[in-house]
Amino acid sequence: MSGLVFEHVRLAAGARVLVADFSLALAPGEIATVMGASGSGKSSLLAYACGTLAPGLAASGSVRLDGIEISGLPPERRRIGILFQDDLLFPHLSVGANLGFGLRADVKDRRARIDQALEAAGLAGFAARDPATLSGGQRQRVALMRALLAEPAAILLDEPFGKLDADLRAQMRDFVFAHVRERKLPCLMVTHDSQDAAAAGGVVRTL
Amino acid sequence: MALGFVPYLTLALFLGPVAAGLVFTLLPSFGYLPALGETQIGLRIFARLFDQPGLASSVALTLGTGFAASLVSLGLALGFCAAAHGRPIFRSAERLLAPLLATPHAAIALGFAFLIAPSGWLVRLVSPEFTGWTRPPDFASVGDAAGVALVLGLVLKEAPYLLLMAVAAHGQIAATATMATARTLGYSPFAAWLKAILPQLYPQIRLPIYAVLAFSLSAVDVALILGPSNPPPLAVLAVRWANDPLLDLFLPAMAAASLQLLLVAVAIGIWRLGEASVARVARPWLADGTRGRALERVAPVARAALLAVAAINAVCIAAMALWSVAAAWRFPHALPERWSFDNWMRAASRLAEPALTTLSVAAAVTLAALVLVCLCLENESRRQRAAGPSALWALYLPLLVPQISFLLGAQSLLVRLGWDGTWGALVWFHLLFVLPYVFLVLADPWRALDPRYAKLAACLGAAPWRVFFAVRLPLLLRPLLVAAAVGFAVSIGLYLPTVLGGGGRLTSLATEAVSLASGGDRRIVGVYAFLQALLPLLAFGLALAIPAFAFRNRRGLR
Repeated sequence: MSGLVFEHVRLAAGARVLVADFSLALAPGEIATVMGASGSGKSSLLAYACGTLAPGLAASGSVRLDGIEISGLPPERRRIGILFQDDLLFPHLSVGANLGFGLRADVKDRRARIDQALEAAGLAGFAARDPATLSGGQRQRVALMRALLAEPAAILLDEPFGKLDADLRAQMRDFVFAHVRERKLPCLMVTHDSQDAAAAGGVVRTL
Repeated sequence: MALGFVPYLTLALFLGPVAAGLVFTLLPSFGYLPALGETQIGLRIFARLFDQPGLASSVALTLGTGFAASLVSLGLALGFCAAAHGRPIFRSAERLLAPLLATPHAAIALGFAFLIAPSGWLVRLVSPEFTGWTRPPDFASVGDAAGVALVLGLVLKEAPYLLLMAVAAHGQIAATATMATARTLGYSPFAAWLKAILPQLYPQIRLPIYAVLAFSLSAVDVALILGPSNPPPLAVLAVRWANDPLLDLFLPAMAAASLQLLLVAVAIGIWRLGEASVARVARPWLADGTRGRALERVAPVARAALLAVAAINAVCIAAMALWSVAAAWRFPHALPERWSFDNWMRAASRLAEPALTTLSVAAAVTLAALVLVCLCLENESRRQRAAGPSALWALYLPLLVPQISFLLGAQSLLVRLGWDGTWGALVWFHLLFVLPYVFLVLADPWRALDPRYAKLAACLGAAPWRVFFAVRLPLLLRPLLVAAAVGFAVSIGLYLPTVLGGGGRLTSLATEAVSLASGGDRRIVGVYAFLQALLPLLAFGLALAIPAFAFRNRRGLR
């Protein structure tokens, strides 16, 4: 079956259980939302899915991506992209090189692919720019493009709009969701903003 | 490749020689050295040591100068923090002091010796106009029997070092907010710092303080240049005896090195007791509500004192620079009468070999230390767990154990293995002292790097080594180069490890400068000392310039 499937995921920090039993199946292009107070283990759930869980946390359960069990794979082999609240563009690389970092090494025509991505983000001609000179919204759009250029099979959103003001937030949300749906990626979003959840229009779970 | 073995390899590489060196110092001290026909374990070597004339005064001198230098240095550093915290000068202290720290002990001590000598710069500045002296007066300012010059020479290097450690430690406690709180409660800045910051700060700088104490008690190069020679401090005595061509004094030298270890251990113990007593006496004062406004009057003095230390450091280097280009500079002229580069030309042929050894060893040991430290820290990053406090103690061990106490034994081990006087042995000796500094400089920025960069890179499909080379190292370029410059500077300054690791066959700028110091030609000494001071400064210049150039279009990394 295609899509991203969580089955009986359990996360615990010592005796404290963060996530008791989380199961969810996401079809391609479906955007589901996980809500919860801070410290409820929302972000740990995403870290578990993409393979970057802190070593102090004990995890059990299963994550399958397009029918393949991925919970034992290192993060770079999982094909799961992630966007954080901070854009985390590499400050030592230009905007174009940040996008190039996302592209697989065997992709030809790199320059054209990067220019395409910049155009899709409304940032044509920005390849040589220092990321530090971009606005918050522009940086976040580059971060999404970088994640998409890595050709992930699913995408995780860790409160990606948390730092944007209300106007920009709605715009950015539309932009991200449109790209996710266009590529038919299963997408799990963590947020504590109910408007984000409403805009996603999918299943909403509370931890 | 799994990196789990790297921390163990690193520890073995630099704790192995310390442990082996200690064993091979202690065994002969207790009468076991088959090579000299001694196999009976006992205390007779120590008995011979204590029979040496002047030993008691040597021990007293060692303890007196060691404690005095450490106390004065700590007082100057903490006094400056209390008096300057929150002022612009405090924020720029780190930038101003780093070049001072890079300057080797020997170069500063040689400059200071010229400054205070009877025929030195201070006397020249006021002679003959104010003193009437047309010939150098007759008093012993360098090498005075009480060791005052030695103490001052040590303070010149150690006060800035402790200050830098203290400034850095402010970042680990909420210093700015704490100061603001205390001052809104009506405390004067000086009192606010002493009452609210110092009790939190002191534990953070305890290890560097102990390292300073250990170094002051056992420094050889500074003592050879500025200390009394009869009797000299214990460590100098041990080196002198160990290098005596007649082997008679070899075993007492080993016993003296062991006694040195005991002195340092006892001194650290006494200091620890002192800390506890000060804390006990001061505790009621912390909460007695006195706002300490009168203390504020001390503040300008405390600031001026440390600035004076920094200025004297600069003057010492300037003196060596002047001597290196002086053709004639007779007493009582305040400046050279004639200038030329002849000194450099004359020195060039003799200078080339020690300079090359100095540079090649410094470059090799810096590279080796960087690779080991980067791999240790990369291992931490991948396991997402930082090394515990015991690792910090292990790192500080070569800085806390007096050099002479393990280097003499380690050298005798090298001789036995036939490795003494080889370039590789010299690099290894240097690694023991360079590695801790490289680690201490690099660890904080490495651990402070946002771990999400690496996670995100992995989610973009980058394998661990690509994350290491393409993300982590470039982001850390600045601290990497600073760590390299620190390692380079430490290596260039090392005296005793070079004397003992080089086995008399390999010499460096440090060992040559110190041995020329007694010869008396200040022009040649000036060349060696100034070159020795210049190389670390060049390294620091590069460490600042390279990232500034590489990141000239990267505002996020400025």
